[in-house]
Amino acid sequence: MTKRQKKTLARILGSGALLLALQLGGAAAIPLPRWLLYLVPYLLIGWDILYKAVRNILGGQVFDENFLMALATVGAFLTGEYPEGVAVMLFYQVGELFQSYAVGRSRRSIAALMDIRPDYANLERDGDLCQVDPEEVAVGDTIVIKAGERVPLDGIVLEGTSSLDTAALTGESLPRSVGPGGEVISGCINQSGLLRVRVQKPYGESTVARILDLVENSSTKKARVENFITRFARWYTPAVVAAAVLVALVTPLLAPVGWQESIHRALIFLVISCPCALVISVPLSFFGGIGGASKAGILVKGSNYLEALSNTEVVVFDKTGTLTKGVFEVAAIHPREGMDEAELLELAALAESWSEHPISLSLRRAWGKEADRTRVPEAQELSGRGVRAEVDGQVVLAGNHKLMEENGVTCEDCEKVGTIVHLAVDGGYAGHIVIADQPKEDAKEAIAALKAMGIRKTVMLTGDAREVGEAVARELGLDEVHAQLLPGDKVARVEQLLAGTSPKGKLAFVGDGINDAPVLSRADVGIAMGGLGSDAAIEAADIVLMDDAPSKLPVAIAIAKRTLSIARQNIIFALGVKVAVLVLGALGAANMWEAVFADVGVSVIAILNATRALQVKEK
Amino acid sequence: MKKTFKLIDLDCANCAAKMEDAIRRIDGVTAVTVSFMTQKLTLEAEDSRFDAILKEAVRVCKKIEPDCQIVLK
Repeated sequence: MTKRQKKTLARILGSGALLLALQLGGAAAIPLPRWLLYLVPYLLIGWDILYKAVRNILGGQVFDENFLMALATVGAFLTGEYPEGVAVMLFYQVGELFQSYAVGRSRRSIAALMDIRPDYANLERDGDLCQVDPEEVAVGDTIVIKAGERVPLDGIVLEGTSSLDTAALTGESLPRSVGPGGEVISGCINQSGLLRVRVQKPYGESTVARILDLVENSSTKKARVENFITRFARWYTPAVVAAAVLVALVTPLLAPVGWQESIHRALIFLVISCPCALVISVPLSFFGGIGGASKAGILVKGSNYLEALSNTEVVVFDKTGTLTKGVFEVAAIHPREGMDEAELLELAALAESWSEHPISLSLRRAWGKEADRTRVPEAQELSGRGVRAEVDGQVVLAGNHKLMEENGVTCEDCEKVGTIVHLAVDGGYAGHIVIADQPKEDAKEAIAALKAMGIRKTVMLTGDAREVGEAVARELGLDEVHAQLLPGDKVARVEQLLAGTSPKGKLAFVGDGINDAPVLSRADVGIAMGGLGSDAAIEAADIVLMDDAPSKLPVAIAIAKRTLSIARQNIIFALGVKVAVLVLGALGAANMWEAVFADVGVSVIAILNATRALQVKEK
Repeated sequence: MKKTFKLIDLDCANCAAKMEDAIRRIDGVTAVTVSFMTQKLTLEAEDSRFDAILKEAVRVCKKIEPDCQIVLK
């Protein structure tokens, strides 16, 4: 609690005790007028409200909540309801205290989520180390990051190996290992070794500064619901006050109610006239949702995108690098009868051991051993076909269909889609290996999860060949695929799909941020993947998934839906209670206690509800 | 020009909304947000008159919520 909150608490306790004492017979025992006795606890608890009310009305603030509260309680005193006047002020202060405490707490817990700001950098200067502000470090300087410290700036490792904890940025708990030549990203925590790093970007352009900037500015882009609340709040107070005047003047004419009673009912209106519950809890829900999302490694650039994401109807994916890994890997090994897979792979890896072709690299990576090149005394690359090599004294051909045909080897077709490397040993067919871009491990699961949460259509766009695209789409369970597209075609396709969505339904495009900036900005929600270290992605997208797991997308949509439903719950709850108490108040069935509850009690409950948006379920 | 300022003792959300509304009405202001959650004022206004506009913004805020201070760096 802050000093101010403690002071308020002391006043509440003091005033509460006095009120209790008066109620329990104190008022009858002391020979002074009752109003004078009750004025003591009233002024103790309410002097600041009265002071602010007078000051603000002089400053031209008519519908100020302090003024309305003062008017309601002073009114209660004038109509002879002394204990009620004190109690209403007392409860108002309790509510305000609770409210400021709850908001302060959630603000702090969101700030803690965002606590990735590095405090200092160990700069190497003339052989000495000195601690400086990260902003003072220039590009090209050398910094040292000790175990347990936060990486202050983006750079390249010169010396040392370590593992980096990226959880604060990506939500991913698996540490990343780095060594000389590797990139380090600011905001990560160095877990084990000592690293010497050459700085590559000034602090202002470092990952951590960009992320902080993005999250802090996210509240400037408001969701429609938030704008609605702001507009609503503007006329709510004047309308309730006008209604209060009406109640005070008209009720005595329509019903057998005295002036004193009708004024009392009007005062009830004044107590409920602050739209605080709505004005605090709705932005707080969004703030919590954005905070919770960033904890899971999902950066949202504004509440409006969270709102759009919750209405997503169609999700369009880019293929390479988004649903697939973007690197070629051995997908299948089909040896001829009598040969096992390992044997065939070894043969292929050896035959290709002199080549630097991407396909050769992926074969060798799959084999996983260092090639003993004395076993391959001779090798010849045949451009557009493959290689001819001598392996352990045998002539091995490794390459495409054409190579086999030219050498009179009959080869089998394969049902798998991808690049096929056929092998022949001494003129006899040995089998083939399929190399393909592999889908990410969690891609299929991500698509299934999207379907389960009611996404109407999932679409994949790719520049790749039709068979390859269709095979991937079938494997992952996508509804639609458009292949052989040029970057410009992708925009046109997205526009077509946009035209097909329902008026409220939104289209989200997910890409890796490379070459798809126009599509990212054309979609209702542009989502970039693998934001860690990619400036282009952070710049172009509305939502950035910090690591490159497609399974973060359903998580993001779930957070968005939850946040929106919490915001809606708060609106309905707050308005519902207020309207109910207003109606009951006008009919004389509600008292000021209930009105105070409808004001601050509802605020507090709505705030507590809003803080739920912060919690993110682990997947 | 766009600048962000910290706000001290901004403790009512409705006041934040009112401040935002009032600042938006100042001539020359392109965009403004008063965030109750982050306790920050983000002001975007004409470069040439920025200082004068900021001064006016401080004045209207003082009128709405005298307890709240805008930290000018």
